[in-house]
Amino acid sequence: MTAAIRDNLTNAYNATTAGAKVGPAGLPRLLPATGQPMELAEHLRVHGRTPYRGGAKMLIHTIESAGLTGRGGAAFPTHRKLTAVASQKGSPVVVGNGAEGEPASDKDKRLLWFSPHLVLDGLQLAAEAVGARQVHLYLHREPMLEQRVHSALAERASTGLDRIAVNLVTAPHRFLAGEESALANRVEGGAALPRFTPPRIFERGVGGAPTLVQNIETLAHLALISRYGPAWFRSVGTKAEPGSMLTTLRRADGSGGIAETAIGTPIAELLRLAEHPARAVLVGGYHGAWLTPEQARHLTLSNADLRPLGAAVGAGVLAALPADRCGIVESARVVRYLALESAGQCGPCLNGLPRIAATLSQLADHRSAPSARDDLARWSQLVERRGACHHPDGTVRFLRSALTVFADEVALHESGRCSAATTKPFLPIPTASPAYEQDWS
Amino acid sequence: MTTGTAFWYASRATGVISLMLLSVVMIFGILVNRQGRLPGLPRFAITGLHRNLSLLAVTFLGLHIVTAIADGYAHIPWLSTIVPFTSGYERFWIGLGTVAIDLVAAVIITSLLRDRLKASLWRAVHWLSYLSFPVTVVHAIGASKDLQSGWLLKLTAATVLAVVAAIGYRVTESMTDVPRADRVPEQFDRVDQEDTTRSLR
Amino acid sequence: MTERLRVNPILCTGHGLCAELIPEQISLDEWGYPILSNEPVPPALRKLARRAVTDCPTLALALVPDP
Repeated sequence: MTAAIRDNLTNAYNATTAGAKVGPAGLPRLLPATGQPMELAEHLRVHGRTPYRGGAKMLIHTIESAGLTGRGGAAFPTHRKLTAVASQKGSPVVVGNGAEGEPASDKDKRLLWFSPHLVLDGLQLAAEAVGARQVHLYLHREPMLEQRVHSALAERASTGLDRIAVNLVTAPHRFLAGEESALANRVEGGAALPRFTPPRIFERGVGGAPTLVQNIETLAHLALISRYGPAWFRSVGTKAEPGSMLTTLRRADGSGGIAETAIGTPIAELLRLAEHPARAVLVGGYHGAWLTPEQARHLTLSNADLRPLGAAVGAGVLAALPADRCGIVESARVVRYLALESAGQCGPCLNGLPRIAATLSQLADHRSAPSARDDLARWSQLVERRGACHHPDGTVRFLRSALTVFADEVALHESGRCSAATTKPFLPIPTASPAYEQDWS
Repeated sequence: MTTGTAFWYASRATGVISLMLLSVVMIFGILVNRQGRLPGLPRFAITGLHRNLSLLAVTFLGLHIVTAIADGYAHIPWLSTIVPFTSGYERFWIGLGTVAIDLVAAVIITSLLRDRLKASLWRAVHWLSYLSFPVTVVHAIGASKDLQSGWLLKLTAATVLAVVAAIGYRVTESMTDVPRADRVPEQFDRVDQEDTTRSLR
Repeated sequence: MTERLRVNPILCTGHGLCAELIPEQISLDEWGYPILSNEPVPPALRKLARRAVTDCPTLALALVPDP
């Protein structure tokens, strides 16, 4: 876009927002301050009607100025995704991804329950921005939540808010169901199993059309930015990573829940590590990484701080392992879950993950073979980057961080001991049992 | 011996050879599919033999067709190479042969163009080979009296038996295959069985 | 234009021909699945690489331009 065109668009935008509302100061932004689910009437009173731009691509520059990145885990710059999809040949499809998959994360469910209209606004605005004519909302099967979304959609239909009808697609409760290509398969009517890429989903996704897959939290932020502007969005967070995000917190004392926080907030503050000391901190969920308490004390919730340590903000999951628990036992349970959640499509993942899980379990049970560490290292190398999706990669990241952070514990377990007071489970893991065919649709 | 008779003998001989070769190709095809090995042969040789023998079979099939038409006595028109049941001579049995040619041609051509075709199309056409085999055998037995007695009958019977056995092997093995979606549970069972550390307790 | 080998791990069922044909680029892991070299295919091996791609029974192997 030339400077002249950009100036014209900015002038036009400033003119239309001259009488616009001022954005909410501070936090929360996404979740209603009242703590009650926001119905349509309240939503319209507080935020006004969906601010359509009147044409494709017009919103993208605003999103770029705001610096919004994906809140589904990958933190990919949203404007680049929008541009990529909008530039493809063929009529695009937009899918709002509300299937978090991650057992330790609840933020998408919470957002959809309490602020469905922000999500649905964002969906329509994203569809307009890329010129889509097909819109889907994807979430895990959950009768009450589906009912809530259906009501919200019906309300919007009666007031003519939505320009494109939203199709609700439900996904099985599987870890990989929210993976982009698995989502595309499921929306097409098949099983929620990942595909081999290329072609990437933004090029050829649902039904072969260029598909924008956006986490619903990202869409909610997009809905707010389109009303209150980039400057408002940047008023919290860091310069490199602006804005707020939803986090799912689990403190060492068992307290926690969903909290909206500015990016760049110290982790120690979020987890109250001073009051509730932890043995270790898990950042980013089950494809994330463990940190030592010393590391956690100095770090903020930002990729700038976390990436150098091999971790990432991900979808905002933070868990502090209580001092009386065993990191190896917890990690073994997580890895077993991850292995059971393999799609089973690729040889290395199918063969490697169950063996890794079994060996780690043996280590947790004090009955590992002497070759356990070598086996784990070898298998980790064998499964990395050899699957169609990133499931083996994420599992290996989690595993390696566990073996590093809990190295002392590993040595203890190898000699039949454990430093923890209890093996009671801490991290949430769904009743892990092997999945059969019908469980993927 | 007239030229006609020479062509006729050549056609019958090349016909028998084509049948034998096609049978071997089918057996090798099943071996490829089941990742079977033959002692002393590398894996690429199984695929290689499947492909090369099929081209050899097509060559002999070509000779079989040309000599049959060149033979003056039977008056089989060139049209009958592709359109079934258009031959004046032995219309039904030759017609079956034509059907077999059509099926084999489809399989060969799609396989030569495999890189450029959709995998699902190639696979669908390749299944036709299982149809081409019985059609070929029935044509062979009916079109000339050669295979109905003597050592040729025994040879044909043995060949057919071999192919049927191979097909039986493929079917029974595939019934014990783990369905794709059950693979993960099966792996967990397998790993549990491999667990040698249980004996350490 | 340099090329490299790429395998579609979903289609691959571990036949293992590829590793026999072009061991310089492909080896098999302990479960029979191909481990591909990070290096592009040198011109001298291009013909073998093409053969491995054609011979793969599940069409899982491909030769793609090096980005």
